[in-house]
Amino acid sequence: MSGWLSQFAGVLLETCRDILPIAAIIVGFQLLVIRKPVAHPKKMLIGFIYVLLGIAFFLEGLDMALFPLGTLMANQLTTPEFLGIDPAQQNVAWQAYYWVYIFAASIGFATTLAEPSLLAVAMKAEQISGGAIRAWGLRFAVSIGVAFGIALGAYRIVTGTELYYFIIAGYIIVIVQTLFSPKLIIGLAYDSGGVTTSTVTVPLVTALGLGLASTVPGRNPLLDGFGLIAFASLCPIIAVLGYAQIAQWLNKHSLSSKP
Amino acid sequence: MIKNAFVKQLFNSFLDLAPILAVVLVFQVLVIRQPIPDVGNLIVGTLFVVLGLTLFIQGLEQSLFPIGESMAYAFASKGSLFWLLTFAFCLGFGTTVAEPALIAVAQEAANIASKAGIIEPGDEAITSYALGLRLTVALSVGFAILVGVLRIIRGWPLYYLIIAGYCGVIVLTPFAPPEIIGIAYDSGGVTTSTITVPLVTALGVGLATAIKGRNPMTDGFGLIAFASLTPIVFVMAYGMLI
Repeated sequence: MSGWLSQFAGVLLETCRDILPIAAIIVGFQLLVIRKPVAHPKKMLIGFIYVLLGIAFFLEGLDMALFPLGTLMANQLTTPEFLGIDPAQQNVAWQAYYWVYIFAASIGFATTLAEPSLLAVAMKAEQISGGAIRAWGLRFAVSIGVAFGIALGAYRIVTGTELYYFIIAGYIIVIVQTLFSPKLIIGLAYDSGGVTTSTVTVPLVTALGLGLASTVPGRNPLLDGFGLIAFASLCPIIAVLGYAQIAQWLNKHSLSSKP
Repeated sequence: MIKNAFVKQLFNSFLDLAPILAVVLVFQVLVIRQPIPDVGNLIVGTLFVVLGLTLFIQGLEQSLFPIGESMAYAFASKGSLFWLLTFAFCLGFGTTVAEPALIAVAQEAANIASKAGIIEPGDEAITSYALGLRLTVALSVGFAILVGVLRIIRGWPLYYLIIAGYCGVIVLTPFAPPEIIGIAYDSGGVTTSTITVPLVTALGVGLATAIKGRNPMTDGFGLIAFASLTPIVFVMAYGMLI
């Protein structure tokens, strides 16, 4: 019990250290530049402590439950024995790794749904749009984007295609979509690309990428293990823009079909 | 009443987490077909995550969102562009330079660069390369938030800047050393932490609400997008220069 307590205290201390620069900047500007008393200082402070405790519990829980199991699974799923691949064989069809793609997509989807940063942005979007954008709908669209992105990234590691072909193709899709999307959604869509990958997703996805790159013959984990996160930040943009376009198209359709 | 809301939020957090549990359990039991090691830790850990998420959301609504918004209003009513931009830069730089995910990625990148022979061998060169990379990313995020805030004030359309950034990435990629490309692309995703995102979002939305003629929905978002785009460009440029 005491060992666990000291470990938790360590996590809490680490979280405090990460927050320190932010707190210093906010307090510094508040005191020196704005020079106005904060409204409800007590409530804010309690809220800040909630955030600290929340992140500490969140990280500690992930470390205890999900990360060991998730990384273990990522490693097990990419072993040659599990995939039934002869390590000496050089040319393995990319289809042989189908469990890896399924796992990549499911873990991408599930972790993104629980990502606190995405939760925050989705809450804000629902509030600002007056409920026109549902927090759940947005999170769902983003999660599907991440699922697809990570599966695609896993496929890229298996086939060994150059990363930047995919990224440039993705950028072109985003640019074309931007031209045809409702203006209201664009900022939110771009933002949702950046928030998908933080606390929960990055460690699991990195383990998957490195495991895969060390198993597939001819891949270098140092060079090919990266890039999954890039996919996970690009595909949600496409998914959210697509979601808005489909919603807009359906609206138009139902309006024009009315007598 | 407060207790009720808390319990409801606990339940919601559990629902948020349920898909991860489902994926892990299904794969472990049906696909890998191995017993789950350490069930006790799994249960306690899950309870912690649920509790943590609940506290985080509580604190978000009570503290991080109001702080971001009240600072946006204060700066808007003060009317000093200089201080607002300074604040934007400090917020971006300060929150990124200490980001644990970034420190890990920078170290990894330095090891790769050393193995690829880009920098001289030796621990000292690796440390200085990693530090340089970290500062580069932090500078780029500071720059991104600064430009993003300026955009909200001036009302420039977001997609001009984003498309310009994409073009920058596309043009730089063929010239950057191949070892750095994957890291550069990934560094865009790891810069935004769980605390930065709500603060920066509230700042953007607050500014767009406070300034006349701006729509919080069209103009308020986009700061995070910049913060994930500029590091890609800056890191590739860093890889080319060194």
